[in-house]
Amino acid sequence: MNLVRNHVLISIDAGTIMAGARAVEKTLVDEIASQGLTDEISVLETGSIGATGQGVVLVVYPEGIYYGNVTPQDIPELVEEHLLKGRPLKRLILSEIPKQHVIKKEKTGLLKEQPRIVLKNSGIINPENIDEYIAENGYEAIAKALTTMTPEEAIEEAKKSGLVGRGGAAFTTGMKWDFARQAAGDIKYIVCNADEGEPGTFKDRLILEGDPHKLIEGMLIAGYAVGASKGFVYIRGEYALSIERLEKAIGQARQYGLLGDNILESKFSFDITVMKGAGAYVCGEETALIESLEGKRGHPRNKPPYPVTEGLWAKPTVVNNVETLANVPEIILHGASWFRGYGTEKCPGTKVFTIIGNVTTPGLIEVEMGTTLRDIIYEYAGGIKNGKQFKGALVGGAAGAFLGPDMLDVKMDFVNLKEYSAVLGSGAILVMDEDVDMLDMLKSVLHFFRHESCGHCVPCRLGTAQLVKIIDRMSSSKGRKDDIDKLMNIARVMQATSFCPLGQSLYLPISSSLKYFGDEIRSRARQ
Amino acid sequence: MNLEDLKKIREKAQKDVELRQKQARIRVVVGMGTSGIASGAREVLKTFVEEIGRRNLTDVVVTQTGEKGLASREPMVEIFEEGKPVVIYGSMDPEKSKRVVVEHIVNGNPVSEYAIEVM
Repeated sequence: MNLVRNHVLISIDAGTIMAGARAVEKTLVDEIASQGLTDEISVLETGSIGATGQGVVLVVYPEGIYYGNVTPQDIPELVEEHLLKGRPLKRLILSEIPKQHVIKKEKTGLLKEQPRIVLKNSGIINPENIDEYIAENGYEAIAKALTTMTPEEAIEEAKKSGLVGRGGAAFTTGMKWDFARQAAGDIKYIVCNADEGEPGTFKDRLILEGDPHKLIEGMLIAGYAVGASKGFVYIRGEYALSIERLEKAIGQARQYGLLGDNILESKFSFDITVMKGAGAYVCGEETALIESLEGKRGHPRNKPPYPVTEGLWAKPTVVNNVETLANVPEIILHGASWFRGYGTEKCPGTKVFTIIGNVTTPGLIEVEMGTTLRDIIYEYAGGIKNGKQFKGALVGGAAGAFLGPDMLDVKMDFVNLKEYSAVLGSGAILVMDEDVDMLDMLKSVLHFFRHESCGHCVPCRLGTAQLVKIIDRMSSSKGRKDDIDKLMNIARVMQATSFCPLGQSLYLPISSSLKYFGDEIRSRARQ
Repeated sequence: MNLEDLKKIREKAQKDVELRQKQARIRVVVGMGTSGIASGAREVLKTFVEEIGRRNLTDVVVTQTGEKGLASREPMVEIFEEGKPVVIYGSMDPEKSKRVVVEHIVNGNPVSEYAIEVM
């Protein structure tokens, strides 16, 4: 490889282009080539270098010499003197070197201080190195649990922390563990639901990619609490990088004896297997997921019996979401009351939200439970893109609720949103600006559900097909007078009679979109 | 492995991390999550490694990490330098990376146009 001896930066901005920077650049490149220096000297374009009114400006590194008012005629001399012979060309040197660049601090919002529990290490440590996780007090929580706590105490700590499932249904994690612990049988399983299928959600992916050991530790603690010795991670097949990093992490943990028999010389043994899902939305539902794990078609089961008593291969099984499990090590390590210091009374802790749509900086944040939608959009996501107006947000993924502008100040947590008959779901927030057509939005949601309906039960299979038929004719201006009533009726029947949450949850996006944007949808359908 | 071992590993790991930070004058950390990789983080990482290697900058290390969450500004690169604020660059590409190596790492002038945050 060649060592580049000099770098010449040429400032290309409105001012220097007017002064002929392009011509200078071309001459410079040609001259360097004709002197045979192409391999040794690189020419790079940059934005404004900070010297204005000085014509074409060049900087030559490593010396850091600034040349001003450079013309194509100067180039042969400059190349000959400075770049070939190493003597700076004094007559062109800028007397006033621009001041050290002051770095502008762009308000990125998403990098704003966030109380990070789940994503504490994500974007900080090298996820492929177990030592870096251990250096951040990794695996100390499982050590603490194994040596100082009984399984019952670990469950009690989880209950006291008020941690609820982060996958959408918001069931108390400690209770779930307790049910499974008390269920009859020697063989029990921990299943991690990493089948992140809700459109617009990618929080689990980020945890798995950024800090896979945290999930392993969370599963270890859950296994110890429940009395399970085997764990499965059911992960989306598309998450290639997550799978790769997780498997690498599992291998490292095995090598260190943190997975396997007699972990940390205790009587507790536990191991984890990664299973890939094939991408069906319904497999995010826990019983369908279990069916799929067993190698069958991903159809939901009848409940009860619930998985905590009869789950995987009819054994007591705890199914926890990735984010839920990632909270566990921190709770065990710092205690329930520490955890309760975050979030609200009824919903302690933090929540990871994925923000997508018409915002300035889409991405992912972890904030305390109870942060308002307004703060999330305007403080963390940089506001609406291109200075437009906020129109609405779809919160909780496709199975979530549309919220209008008067809901901006609603506190985002599981309990509070329920009061407004909305859900937090998986934490996806799709923001829409004034230009978004709500009928189109609803249409895409309904199409998604028709595609994902597994066909197991009649209300969902036929209901989603009818809903799509109606919304399609509405959007092609062939809507009928009673179409909106029909939408609502079908959704209501589906909510009441569908076999699993997939069909039941469609009522929410339909009713909420009509509640906040009913007039618009009606008038759009009439056009 | 027992508790003692875990403690030993932790202490060693913490020391290693510390040592690495001391040995290296500058640490370049490239965000290598899916968003980062999809927007070209691999190329960026490669460029940093190459450019630093060809200059024999032995006091600079390049490592990777997961995502921070700012998906819209990937690939992101952080430059840690002892005694100086951390500079985070966003929307990087190989050409920009070359410039960061020359201006920031070699010559100590952070490239303000690409910087999105200084901490």
